[in-house]
Amino acid sequence: MAAIADHEGSAVASPRGFFSNMRMSARIACALVAILLITAVAAPLVAPYDPNAVDLPGRLQGPSLAHWLGTDHLGRDMLSRLIYGSRVSLGAVAIALTGIIALGIAIGGTSAVLGGRADQFIMRCCDVFLTFPTIVLALFMVGMLGTGLVNVIIAIVLSHWAWYARIVRGLVLSFKRRDFVLAARVAGASRTRIFIEHLLPPTFAQLVVLATLDIGHIMLHVSGLSFLGLGVMAPTAEWGVMINDARQFVWTEPMLLFWPGFALFVAVAAFNLAGDAIRDKLDPHLAAEHQH
Amino acid sequence: MAAFIIRRILLLVPMLLGASLVIFLMLRLGPSDPALDYLRLSRIPPTDQALAEAHAMLGLDKPLLTQYFVWLWDALRLDFGTSYALQRPVLPEVLHFLPATLQLAGIALAFTMLVSVPLGMWAARHRDQWPDQVVRGIAFLGVSMPNFWLGFLLVLLFSLQLGWLPPMGRGTAANLVMPVIAVSFMSLSINARLLRASMLEVAGQRHVYYARLRGLSAGKVERGHVLRNAILPIITATGMHAGELIGGTLVIESVFGWPGLGRYAVSAIFNRDYPVIQCFTLMMVLIFVLCNLLVDIFYAWADPRIRLNAGSA
Repeated sequence: MAAIADHEGSAVASPRGFFSNMRMSARIACALVAILLITAVAAPLVAPYDPNAVDLPGRLQGPSLAHWLGTDHLGRDMLSRLIYGSRVSLGAVAIALTGIIALGIAIGGTSAVLGGRADQFIMRCCDVFLTFPTIVLALFMVGMLGTGLVNVIIAIVLSHWAWYARIVRGLVLSFKRRDFVLAARVAGASRTRIFIEHLLPPTFAQLVVLATLDIGHIMLHVSGLSFLGLGVMAPTAEWGVMINDARQFVWTEPMLLFWPGFALFVAVAAFNLAGDAIRDKLDPHLAAEHQH
Repeated sequence: MAAFIIRRILLLVPMLLGASLVIFLMLRLGPSDPALDYLRLSRIPPTDQALAEAHAMLGLDKPLLTQYFVWLWDALRLDFGTSYALQRPVLPEVLHFLPATLQLAGIALAFTMLVSVPLGMWAARHRDQWPDQVVRGIAFLGVSMPNFWLGFLLVLLFSLQLGWLPPMGRGTAANLVMPVIAVSFMSLSINARLLRASMLEVAGQRHVYYARLRGLSAGKVERGHVLRNAILPIITATGMHAGELIGGTLVIESVFGWPGLGRYAVSAIFNRDYPVIQCFTLMMVLIFVLCNLLVDIFYAWADPRIRLNAGSA
């Protein structure tokens, strides 16, 4: 965001720590991300109840001291389900992004290193994948592979890799012309070695920065597919599925639907803000470009 | 201009062929045996003999390449096969649901442009003042809010609390309001921010400075000199938004019981009704590609530099 970027001029000049001169909103976002990650990892310790413990007599309760956010239609504790839901959502995104980056580096890197016809061919393949709207491609992949969380993650990877492959290729090609790579070539390093030792590290660093900006976006895709009933299956606690589950009570118990959506919204917002802030910190050049 | 358009259309052919190859190969190389799903959906017990017959009937016993060309040739003649579940030709079904989806996505696109352009101009005009902050807030909500959740929030507010709008269905203009907002909110907010940044960039350029020096009114400079140039990145972005809007529509249909392709496709995905999924995907790709073609043509029309460069290349 421009405001963060405006701020960034002074931030770079300042010798102080990484977080201390961020904007307030960015600091809150980073804190929220940290809290989310800790909750997800430590869900069994943090959650007051078993997320799947059914308690029919205590169903559809309002907020109380025992159940801070009330209970759902099966008497399961809403807060505990939200906490466990963060595991699935964040875990799925982490795995999907790892897969996307790996595939992007493998394909984009190969393309850039080989060059020539192979490069042309690989890039045309990417173009073909980019003729699909992302969600349509993800839906198609789920249709071919079958429903379920694992297949949804594979579908997300298969529908996003082409963007990353292109970016990786661009990055690698731009680094290829730098002096340090030329020096390595003069020193007689092989192509593979140059790629792994000299081209991969800077490319990877840039890619991770870009990927943090995509976390929220991919989280929305995963939960969107779950909301359609294609991903995580009930009774597993996941935010998209919880929204889908709560639809039948939308008229009588709207809060059942509100909370999981709110959790998703807060998580996506936190990752978006934190991603922006980290991007501006680590890569002022990219920040300036992003503004245009 | 004509040469540009023809060149651009010819470029589509290999792309669409590639997409059709992906759509075909994913099924054949994927983990499932279409013949088994065919038998399951036809309620025929999967004996060895029935399976062999299904293989022969679906052409699965032929070489892969032959299968692809048969499939492609049929598709070119608008024959996308028969739905396993309904035992009816796929295309008429898809075309039956398509208009509702196109209506929603199309109106959402128009709404995106109609709202984001004034919003972006407003923010740029009052840089760093409260209108800018408001637009920044909207942009922040737009990129972080799950569209299906937004849909439900709108239902809770406008249907449950206020009783102004019908929560479900299609037919009247009132039915369109909430789905359109839910589908377009993200694209709209991204567009507004993009236009703001683009306008501020153009406003700092020399020709705008000279226009001011010539004594043109602020409004004239804004419309004739700033917006004309600043809108170009927005046109490009619209092509990308088209994909997001199509995808968003498919999800939002489920929230509002909108009788479109999204719900039809989701049920086909559940059923593993492959001909339906393939036809649906190909149709969406075709529409997306055509949207981008229109965007490129419009862009070339709006920015002569593009078509002149393309012509000489």
